[in-house]
Amino acid sequence: MNTQGRKTTPDVESAAATDVGTYTGNRALVHEEPLIFELDNPGVTGVDLEAAPAVASRLGGLKAREGIGLPGLSEPTVVRHYTRLSQKNFGIDSTMYPLGSCTMKHNPRLNEKLARLPGFGDIHPMQPQSTVQGALELIDQLAHWLKTLTGMPAVAMSPAAGAHGELCGLMAIRAALRARGETSRTRVLVPESAHGTNPATAAFCGFTVDAIPAEANGRVSVEAVKAKLGPDVACIMLTNPNTCGLFEPQVKEIADAVHAAGGYFYCDGANYNAIVGRVRPADLGVDAMHINLHKTFSTPHGGGGPGSGPVVLSDALAPYAPLPYVVHGADGFRLVEHEGEVEQGAQPFGRLKAFHGQMGMFVRALAYIMSHGADGLRQASSDAVLNANYVKARLQDLMSVPFDGYCMHEALFDDRFLKDTGITTLDFAKAMIDEGFHPMTMYFPLVVHGAFLIEPTETESKATLDQFIGAMRHLAGKAKAGDAAHFLAAPRYTPRRRLDETAAARKPVLRWTPPAA
Amino acid sequence: MRYLPLTEADRREMLAAIGAPSVDALFGDVPAAANLNQPIAGLAPHQGELQVERALSRLAARNVPAGSCPSFLGAGAYRHHVPASVDQLLTRGEFLTSYTPYQPEVTQGTLQYLFEFQTQVALITGMDVANASMYDGATACAEAVLMANRVTRRNRAVLSGGLHPHYRDVTATTTGVLGVDLVTLPADPKGIEDLAAAIDDKTSCVVVQNPTLFGHVADLTPLAEACHAKGALLVVVVTEVVSLGLMPSPGSMGADIVVAEGQSIGNGLNFGGPYLGLFATRDKFVRQMPGRLCGETVDADGKRGFVLTLSTREQHIRREKATSNICTNSGLCALAFTMHLSMLGELGFTGLARLNHAKAAQLADKLAAAGVTVLNQGFFNEFTVQVTGDAAALVDRLAAEPLLAGVPVSRLHPGQADLADLLLAAVTETTTEDDMDALVQALGGKQ
Repeated sequence: MNTQGRKTTPDVESAAATDVGTYTGNRALVHEEPLIFELDNPGVTGVDLEAAPAVASRLGGLKAREGIGLPGLSEPTVVRHYTRLSQKNFGIDSTMYPLGSCTMKHNPRLNEKLARLPGFGDIHPMQPQSTVQGALELIDQLAHWLKTLTGMPAVAMSPAAGAHGELCGLMAIRAALRARGETSRTRVLVPESAHGTNPATAAFCGFTVDAIPAEANGRVSVEAVKAKLGPDVACIMLTNPNTCGLFEPQVKEIADAVHAAGGYFYCDGANYNAIVGRVRPADLGVDAMHINLHKTFSTPHGGGGPGSGPVVLSDALAPYAPLPYVVHGADGFRLVEHEGEVEQGAQPFGRLKAFHGQMGMFVRALAYIMSHGADGLRQASSDAVLNANYVKARLQDLMSVPFDGYCMHEALFDDRFLKDTGITTLDFAKAMIDEGFHPMTMYFPLVVHGAFLIEPTETESKATLDQFIGAMRHLAGKAKAGDAAHFLAAPRYTPRRRLDETAAARKPVLRWTPPAA
Repeated sequence: MRYLPLTEADRREMLAAIGAPSVDALFGDVPAAANLNQPIAGLAPHQGELQVERALSRLAARNVPAGSCPSFLGAGAYRHHVPASVDQLLTRGEFLTSYTPYQPEVTQGTLQYLFEFQTQVALITGMDVANASMYDGATACAEAVLMANRVTRRNRAVLSGGLHPHYRDVTATTTGVLGVDLVTLPADPKGIEDLAAAIDDKTSCVVVQNPTLFGHVADLTPLAEACHAKGALLVVVVTEVVSLGLMPSPGSMGADIVVAEGQSIGNGLNFGGPYLGLFATRDKFVRQMPGRLCGETVDADGKRGFVLTLSTREQHIRREKATSNICTNSGLCALAFTMHLSMLGELGFTGLARLNHAKAAQLADKLAAAGVTVLNQGFFNEFTVQVTGDAAALVDRLAAEPLLAGVPVSRLHPGQADLADLLLAAVTETTTEDDMDALVQALGGKQ
C-alpha cells in the first residue's frame, strides 16, 4: 500500500464531519444491534445434537410441548450479536470505573483460569465427599484466611452476596437472642448513611428499623447510639469505614455501648477493602460482618453479579452459623449438611442457599489472597486510601467537600459547587461519560446533597488518576463558567443518549413481543 | 506486586500533594489499639502467577470432575454440554468487569441482554414477565412464597413433599423469621400426595416442583384450579430447566409464579455455585416482584434503549419497605444462560430436551431389563431407582472406581429408613451408552 504523501485528515473541519448519518445507522465500531428475537431465522440452530435413541416416551401421559417462540440463530450470528452488545459497555477493563462503595478494581485473569479448572468448575455439589476433598480444602483455606484477616473465630461461607450476608448475620443474631430467651429485642439501629440493603435486610428478617441521625462531621457518635439503646435493641448495623468514606473513630466505644446494653454489633463490610491487613474487625468489637468477595477480593462484578458474601462471626454468634459448612475430621474434610450431623453446641439457624456457597468465587478470592500475600494485601489497602485522598486533595478547591480531613478509600463531594449553575450531579456524571470515564456513585450516601462518591481503588495508576482529575477540573471549571448546555446535552458520544426512565416505569415493557401481524 | 501500578516515587509525590507525612497518617482515625502493626499471621508474601497456579491446581487435582467418569448426578444441578463460544464470549472484559447498569448510556450491552434474558425466561416458563435473575433456585423459591403472601395478604404456604429439601429448608429459614406458616407434606418417593386437600382460606400459595425431587412429572392444571378456587396462588418450581423444552409450560398449566434453577443452561456445575434463580410471574403481579427488572424505553433522540425500571420496589429506594433486600444478582450467569439459549434456539432447546428424555428412557429400559426397580411411571431426565441395601454406601463404594452413580435420597432426606435404598439417577446429553452400561452393571449385575 502506498501511503506516501497521503492526507490523513479531511479538508473540512472535523466537527462538521461528525454525525452525517449513515445508511445502516451504525457508527463505525458501534452497531445498531437488533434483539435476538428480531434476528430469528426459523429452522436455524447454533448447536448440533446427536440423534436421540428411538425409545418410547415416558412423559407420564403429558403431551410434548410445541411452539415456544425462541428464535433460530446460527453460532456466527450469536457470537457477533453478543460481541456487538459487549461493545456498548464500560468495564474496568475499558476505563476507570470509580463507582463509590462498589469497589471496581482490576479483575486478575489468572483467577478466571483457575476457577475454570475441571477440578473446580466441573464438580457436582452432591458428589461423594471422598471425590471433592480438594474443593473442601479450598473452602477451608479461604475460610482460614478470612478469619485470620478479620481476627474473627468463625465464618459462614454460603451467602451469595453482600445483602445475603447481612441476612445471614441478622439471622445468627436473632437465633442467639432467642437462645438467650430475649425475643423482645426487635429493634435494629441503622445510621441514616447506611446502604439501602441494611434497613431492607433488617425488615426482611422481621426486625423494626430505627434510624440514627448522622453527625455534622459525617460520623456516628457514641452519644447518638446510646440515646437509642434500650432493652428492645437487637443490634446495630454500622458500616465501617462508613459510606461517607470515613473511618468511624468511635467504633469501639459504640461496640462497647451496644454490648453493654445486651445488643450485637453487625458491621457492613462493604468497605472492608480499605483496611485489609491494617485493621482487624475483631479488634473493633464486631460480632458479625459480611465480606463482599466481589469487592474486597476482586471477583468480577459481571454486570451485577454473581457476588459472594461470607460472614465472619464472633464466639457469641458462631454456634448459629447456617448449614452447610466444612469441618476437618480424622479422615479428611467433611461437609456438615444436616442438623443431625452437627457437633455439640452448634445450633445452625437453617440454610440460606441450595448448595455450599459460591465455589467459583471462592477459587478466585483465594487466588487473589495468595497472589497479593501479606505484603500485597496491606499495600492494596494503603494504595486504595492514598489514591482516594489524592483525588480528594486535588479536587477540593474546585468541588465542594462536605467533610474535611483525610478520607479512607473513597472521596465524597456534594453538589454545593454546582449551586446556581442549573447543573445537577446527574448532568455532571453524564459529561464525565463523554470524557471516557464511568461516573462515580451519585446521590449516595443520602446524608449529603447531590453526592459524588468517588472510589478509584488501588489498581488505578497515577497517570490515570491525573487524567481523571484533569477532566474533573475541566468540567468543574466549565460548570462554574456557566456552560450548562455542555452538561445538559451530555452524553453525546455514547451508543444511546439519555434514556427516558420515567416513560419506562410508567408503561413498563419488560419483554419483547412479536410485532402485531 | 503485579496488580498495583503505583511506584514509591508516585506515592511520595501523591503524599506531598495531599500534604500528609505518610500513608499511616491517612489512617489517623483508626484507634491505636486496633492498628495492626504486624504482618498477617502465616500468610506468605506475594506470589507470581506460576506459584499460585501450581498451588491451586494441586487442590483441583484432588477432586474427581464429573466429566472424567460416568456420572448420574442431578438433584438440582445438572451437567450439560455448554458450547465453547459461551465461555469465550462471557470472558469479554466489557461483560465480565462491568457492574450493575446504573448508567444506562454506557451499559446498553448489559441492559439489552437482560431484556433478552427476561423475554427468554418468560417464553420457556409460559409466563408474562420475568426478572433479571436471583441468587439461585432455592432463594427464588423463598422469595416466591413471600411474594404470594404479599399478593394474597395471607400467611400460610403449602409445600409439596416432592420439593427439593434444600429448597424447602431455604424457604423455611427465610420465611420463618417473618412468622410465615409453612405446611410441608411428607416426601413420598412414589409421588402420591393430595395437595389440593391441604389448601384452605388462609393459604397464600401451594409450592410444587415439576418434575419432583423423585423425578415424577404431573399435569398441574387440576392443582392450579384447586388453588384458584380458594384464592391461593400456584408456585411452580423447576430445578431442571431443560425440561421446559419438552414438558408443557407451567404457565400453560395455570402457574402464577414460576421459579427455577437456571444452571443447566450455560452454567457449569461449579460445586454448587454461582448459579442463577429464574423468577417469572403474571403481568398483574409485576409490582410485587423481587429483584431487578430491565425495561424498554427511548433515548433523547427517540431511539430504542433499555434501563433498569420499577426500582421503587427495591432496597436502594424503598429501604425497609422494599419487596426484598436483594441487590447483587447473578448477572453474568444470566448472560451465560441467555447466550446458550440463543445458541440453542427453538430447534436446539426442544431437541436437547427430547434427547435428554430419550436417553433417560433408554437407561430406565436398560435398568428394568437388568431387574432393577425404577419407581417412576413418568419422568423427564431423572428418576428414582431402588437398589439392594443402603444407597449411600453403594454410591460411596462406586465412587472409588470412579463411577458417580447418582444422589442417594438419604443425603437429602436423612433419617428416613424407608428412603435409604433409593437413588436419584439423572441422564443428560453428556451421558453415553457406555456410561449407562457401567451403571446397569454396577446396580443390576447383568447387561
